[in-house]
Amino acid sequence: MTLAAATNENLANISNVLIYSAMAVYTLAFFAYIAEWLFGSRSKVARTAAALTAGPAGAKQAPAVTANQAGGTAVLERPKVTVRASAGRRDVPDGPGAHGGDAQGDLYGRIAVSLTVLAFLVESGGVLARALSVERAPWGNMYEFNITFSTVAVGVYLLLLALRKNVRWLGLFLITTVLLDLGLAVTVLYTASDQLVPALHSYWLYIHVSTAIFCGAVFYVGAVSTVLYLFKDSYENKLATGGRPGTFATSVLERLPSSASLDKFSYRVNAAVFPLWTFTIIAGAIWAGDAWGRYWGWDPKETWSFITWVAYAGYLHARATAGWKGRKAAYLALLAFGCWLFNYYGVNIFVSGKHSYAGV
Amino acid sequence: MSKTTASEPAPPAPEDQDLGAAGSQLSTAPTEEPAGLPSLGVIGWARWFWRQLTSMRVALLLLLLLSLGAIPGSLIPQSGQDETKVADFREGNPTLGDIYDKLGLFHVYSSVWFSAIYILLFVSLIGCIVPRTWQFVGQLRGLPPGAPKRLTRLPAHTTWRTTAEPEQVHSAALALLKKRRFRAHLAGDSVAAEKGYLRELGNLVFHIALIVMLVAFAWGQLYKSEGNKLIVEGDGFSNTLTQYDDFKSGNLFTPDDLVPFSFNLDKFTGTYERTGPNKGTPRTYQAALDYSTGPYGKDRKTTVKVNHPLEIGDAKVYLVSHGYAPVITVRDGKGEVVYDSPVPLLPLDSNVTSSGAVKVLDGYRDPQGKKEQLGFNAFFVPTFGGAASGTMLSQFPALDSPVLALSAYHGDLGADSGIPQSVYQMDKTNMKEFKDSQGKLFKKLLRPGETMTLPNGAGSVTFGKDVKEWAGFQVVQEPGGGWALTGAIAAIGGLAASLFIQRRRVWVRAVKGADGVTVVEMAGLGRSESAKVPEELGELAGTLYDRTPAAPDADGPADSPDPDPDPDQEPGHDTPVPAEGAEQQ
Ligand code: HEM
Repeated sequence: MTLAAATNENLANISNVLIYSAMAVYTLAFFAYIAEWLFGSRSKVARTAAALTAGPAGAKQAPAVTANQAGGTAVLERPKVTVRASAGRRDVPDGPGAHGGDAQGDLYGRIAVSLTVLAFLVESGGVLARALSVERAPWGNMYEFNITFSTVAVGVYLLLLALRKNVRWLGLFLITTVLLDLGLAVTVLYTASDQLVPALHSYWLYIHVSTAIFCGAVFYVGAVSTVLYLFKDSYENKLATGGRPGTFATSVLERLPSSASLDKFSYRVNAAVFPLWTFTIIAGAIWAGDAWGRYWGWDPKETWSFITWVAYAGYLHARATAGWKGRKAAYLALLAFGCWLFNYYGVNIFVSGKHSYAGV
Repeated sequence: MSKTTASEPAPPAPEDQDLGAAGSQLSTAPTEEPAGLPSLGVIGWARWFWRQLTSMRVALLLLLLLSLGAIPGSLIPQSGQDETKVADFREGNPTLGDIYDKLGLFHVYSSVWFSAIYILLFVSLIGCIVPRTWQFVGQLRGLPPGAPKRLTRLPAHTTWRTTAEPEQVHSAALALLKKRRFRAHLAGDSVAAEKGYLRELGNLVFHIALIVMLVAFAWGQLYKSEGNKLIVEGDGFSNTLTQYDDFKSGNLFTPDDLVPFSFNLDKFTGTYERTGPNKGTPRTYQAALDYSTGPYGKDRKTTVKVNHPLEIGDAKVYLVSHGYAPVITVRDGKGEVVYDSPVPLLPLDSNVTSSGAVKVLDGYRDPQGKKEQLGFNAFFVPTFGGAASGTMLSQFPALDSPVLALSAYHGDLGADSGIPQSVYQMDKTNMKEFKDSQGKLFKKLLRPGETMTLPNGAGSVTFGKDVKEWAGFQVVQEPGGGWALTGAIAAIGGLAASLFIQRRRVWVRAVKGADGVTVVEMAGLGRSESAKVPEELGELAGTLYDRTPAAPDADGPADSPDPDPDPDQEPGHDTPVPAEGAEQQ
């Protein structure tokens, strides 16, 4: 018994060391991303203005997309598909990314991604060691939530990169908040490792909490791109109406994808996790039914999950409702994410309910 | 490749109407109508109101209102959850409390205004679903609309020339599209095909499932019942109203709704963290039961733990609390046993420091032979810190070194006064203290097995060797849970279908050009702008291209994307088709 306790304590210490190491590597990655942005600023990219002044909004044609050319026996080239932007959308090309086409910037960007991968692995190790030390899933208190949450958020980002999605521009914003999240975790929220109270012993814990953390990470990615969409959209609006944005705004926003792409990306991200978020709430209800004798009781945490859910449903409806697309829908998405954040931090800290256990 | 379009704004082409038909009915979402005010009396107003209520805009507003309305309930204490907190709040802020009372803010989720929001939302939902369902059935029965005049204006488009005859192209296209599970048919000079109806179906299923969930939840609340029962090891319980310590139920509940079952508590087991910062935190908490269902059910054994209730029909038996029940034996002056029973005591802290009362109501006579009642205030700690520790509070929740402190009274317990009494408290109004030799209240600390002798030959009290444990059970019946779960699963499935499946159309037109060569045109239209529509179109076009041999091009490469079939067409008239929400324009 004491031997096991000692190993557990050892593991907990290893976990702490790994988390601090991950923070160090994330910090290096952070600087590398900064370098990518700095070097990228040397190149002068002004596609947006060029695209916007070349013709009236929406009347231009996107480059033709080459159709599937597999099956090498075709005698002639296969037909190509011409794609158009739909009406009411500005047809602006995506920016080149943070490196701005600058080779050195790109190099730093690659270094940053490699460091992010390394930090991700170290942090995963830290989370795993924590889980082993407490002999359960590492989701018993807010410290553990935080370290798992940032690991998953970075994991989602790396997964999108691995799928060859154009998301490297997210890197700096993501790593900044990951560092904040971890800083908060190790300073304010740290809780010595321990086992769970019996109310938390349930396989629904694994299901409900893991999906909740995953959804949060994805919603977070969606929220970041929504904010960037809002900036980029007003930038494009300004250009389209003949305004002159500041040099800093130009330098940063020129390198991001077009507002239409950002908008689409955040919609996809949010829409893709919404069914999983629905599932998370239902799994929570089932667990509550087993643990507390009622599956829905308007406990503050339940209430805020519901509010978050309704807010995201409102966002999806807004996208399908004429007159609410674009910026208005984006504000709704941010509001919905705000609800999620409040549910995560606010409810644990300010409101007492059945969900507050294991010391914050 | 180099189709540079003119930059003049396009005048609305008359063919827009034509494309409107092709792009219409790609979903069942209601069209937004301008909110013009009605002019026609009551019916006009009613109709206007209904149309507003069932519009997407109002649904959106109601959704936002619902989330807004749910907020106060999470910040203000709710009487449904914590009655004492509400009372504390009222005491602390009397004026605010009155205002909150008027606004129903102490029971937000059953308040008039909150109910109004969700009832309106669900009326809106039903008003939205019914016509959409009919529309969808109509779309399933009908055929995908024919191709618009100029396919070049669609969001994804491709074209080539082939030596095959138009009829050959059409039949090849039909075969290909049908094989890919499109609904396809030949309409005039082109094949029209559509796929992804599951999206609409999923969407309808999702919204209907929401209604099912709400009805199931409301049903559950109305027929709900919830009772508590404290049981000492060895004792039993059968599920009738009179056996409960306390009981709450929904408005439509009747005692006949109680599921018949009974059980005995064989043993309660609790283990606790022995070391570390969380010393004393419960690790296991479980009750071994012997239960039978129905009037003549067979006896079965089971274990109930936190998170693992016993389910019998609609009823669930939860383990909710636990404490100790020392066995007390009271003898009168002649040594006759007048009381012999475990006495459940209520825990006061997490280390199970407990208190309660022992009441000897019948059978006791004082040394003079007069009938009297005895009462003892009991204070119990499972782990005594020792006399030197200076505290009577328990040091650990397990039975490591139990000590029972009793103080003794005699007289009239007032049990016959008709006022309901707590089992855990003694009414001392008509009780007199037993005095010790110094004239103070007679009290003693007992270890298991020890006996204390009351003064003046009044008898004795023994603290039994075996300290029993008790467990508190909550029995909850909430019908409709199965329906709610079914609704929830259907909702997730429907939602996934509605969000992940694209509904899209493909048209293939093959006509003989002026030079006698067949020109094939293909175009795709999705409900929302998506990379998938052009991707799929490219793939379909590639396959169809392989089956329809390419013709040498008269003037330029075969893939020149500009064989506009409409020769007198100005390039500037190429207004792109609004894909996303096409039907809402
Ligand atoms: C309880 C409230 C409601 C919730 C939680 C809800 C939720 C949702 C969700 C999550 C979607 C998927 C969005 C998408 O497909 O892009 C959706 C779609 C839709 N909802 Fe609702 N809804 C509710 C009430 C209503 C009402 C009252 C109406 C009718 C006025 C309505 C009409 C629609 C329509 C037409 C769509 C399809 C939009 C499209 O095809 O893109 N919903 N709803």
